[in-house]
Amino acid sequence: MNTQTAAAGWRGDLRRLSRSASFDIGVVIVLFWVACALFGPHLVPYDPFADDLLNSLMPPSFAHWFGTDQLGRDVFSRVIVGARDILTVAPIATVLSTILGTALGLTMGYFGGVIDEALSRIVDAVLALPTVIVALLALTALGTSNITVMVVIAFSFAPVIARTVRSAVLAERGFDYVAAAELRRENTFYILFIEILPNVLPPILVEATVRLGYAIFTVATLSFIGFGIQPPSPDWGLSISSNYGLIGGGFWWTVVFDGAAIASLIIGINLIADGIEGLRHD
Amino acid sequence: MPGNVGRAMLGPFADQAAVDVLNHEMGTDRPVLVQYADWISGFVTGDMGMSYAYRSPVAPFLGTALLNSAKLAAVAFVLVVPLGIFGGVIAALYRGRPTDRILSVVGLSATVVPEFVSGILLILIFGVWLRWFPISATWADGAGPLTQLYHLILPAIPLVLILFGYIARMARAGMIEALDADYTRTAVLKGLSYPQVIWRHVLRNALLPTISVIATQTVYLIGGLVVIEILFHYQGIGSLIYTAAKKKDFPMLQAGVMSIGALFALTTLLADLLYARLNPRIRFGGQE
Repeated sequence: MNTQTAAAGWRGDLRRLSRSASFDIGVVIVLFWVACALFGPHLVPYDPFADDLLNSLMPPSFAHWFGTDQLGRDVFSRVIVGARDILTVAPIATVLSTILGTALGLTMGYFGGVIDEALSRIVDAVLALPTVIVALLALTALGTSNITVMVVIAFSFAPVIARTVRSAVLAERGFDYVAAAELRRENTFYILFIEILPNVLPPILVEATVRLGYAIFTVATLSFIGFGIQPPSPDWGLSISSNYGLIGGGFWWTVVFDGAAIASLIIGINLIADGIEGLRHD
Repeated sequence: MPGNVGRAMLGPFADQAAVDVLNHEMGTDRPVLVQYADWISGFVTGDMGMSYAYRSPVAPFLGTALLNSAKLAAVAFVLVVPLGIFGGVIAALYRGRPTDRILSVVGLSATVVPEFVSGILLILIFGVWLRWFPISATWADGAGPLTQLYHLILPAIPLVLILFGYIARMARAGMIEALDADYTRTAVLKGLSYPQVIWRHVLRNALLPTISVIATQTVYLIGGLVVIEILFHYQGIGSLIYTAAKKKDFPMLQAGVMSIGALFALTTLLADLLYARLNPRIRFGGQE
């Protein structure tokens, strides 16, 4: 396929995607949060880190749209700026896991045999434990920081991506272009990454989008149980974990808006993933 | 695992000599491989060692926690399996129409929202405002099964929401495949009524793949238990692992994680056996 028709194909796909209402809604939600992450600190009415103990736990009002938390910090400002850490950690973790998983999957699918068997068993072992438990173990051992959270998520998601890539490579393995490249005595690296990789890119992209949703899910969950993003970040999961003890007293505004933010971001990303996946099956 | 156990237990201000003595008492100053050999030989014979934090054997804690989690998981499964299958079947019967679209978007949304977010909302609405359900899952000692069930309904719902989408999606796909199959057309053409076709020919074949999905979801369910049990103050396997990790109580942590791994292997095996039982086509030799 030459570049011109490829570009036309992409544009056609985009046009068909944008006709799907749920895909559009997903894009709008995600773009909104990305804008908040990028420009939020310059737009919000209050400093998200500034304590104001005299005005703690105030319900929503004109001065504080979403009320204030137990330290008197403005919840609206914190929710907007709270997009920042999760939208840094989760996408980087996803990119790392995609690179790692793709390399692993290409190797497994192309070489097969003993290498495939050995790597497959490792993949199975990682997949036998829930991600949250694996992350909990690793973070207990390594200590918690944004970097370790990224690395741990990257390693625990890579096996899933490796599996997807492996099965896609197995389908490509038998085609003549691979045999031709082998006959030309191209080196293995060239065959894997220049010949095979471009042909298995679509399933990798879908898998990466789905994984991004899971990465946000996992980062938020880890932050909620204290093993993810650390204070004083206005991160959503972290805010909920430090405020949910108060909801028995009726201070609902300290958790509801953060919860809605997490839910909307994850649903948005999954609507996008769903749209792309639907396109591939048409 | 890195981390000085004696130091973690006695705190940063304790005397170094006291830390050394404690490490020696618990055997945590021995080489890692020796400790591992000691632990694994104990584990296979049912001796899971002593908890660092509680200074008593791990096994009883693990037993209670597993039983509690099993109760919570059972409530979730009893609710979600019929609901998910029903949702998927309805979506498939109305394929491509608004009912199908709505069910798939709702199912997708429910599946991807973290348990603690839906859990918080449920606590707020049904626990704090309406006061229909208790906001803590722990019941008083000696409570009867009905009281226990009453405490477990609210914590089970976030798990139900997560699993609903997966099960409904698989059930829908299986239904659509069965509806399009030749044997279904044959059944229609030979004059069976629509409900009869669905009930006797389609459903049976459609639900097979759903069983394997339900089994693989148990592993996600256990991951979800960590969060739910913390949120609802419930003493299960999830909160056991979480507390052990926080306190660097390694024997407890190892026993908890090992039992989850074993549980996963067991459910996968059971699902395979059930699958073979229901699907004569893949039953393994020796029967004829």
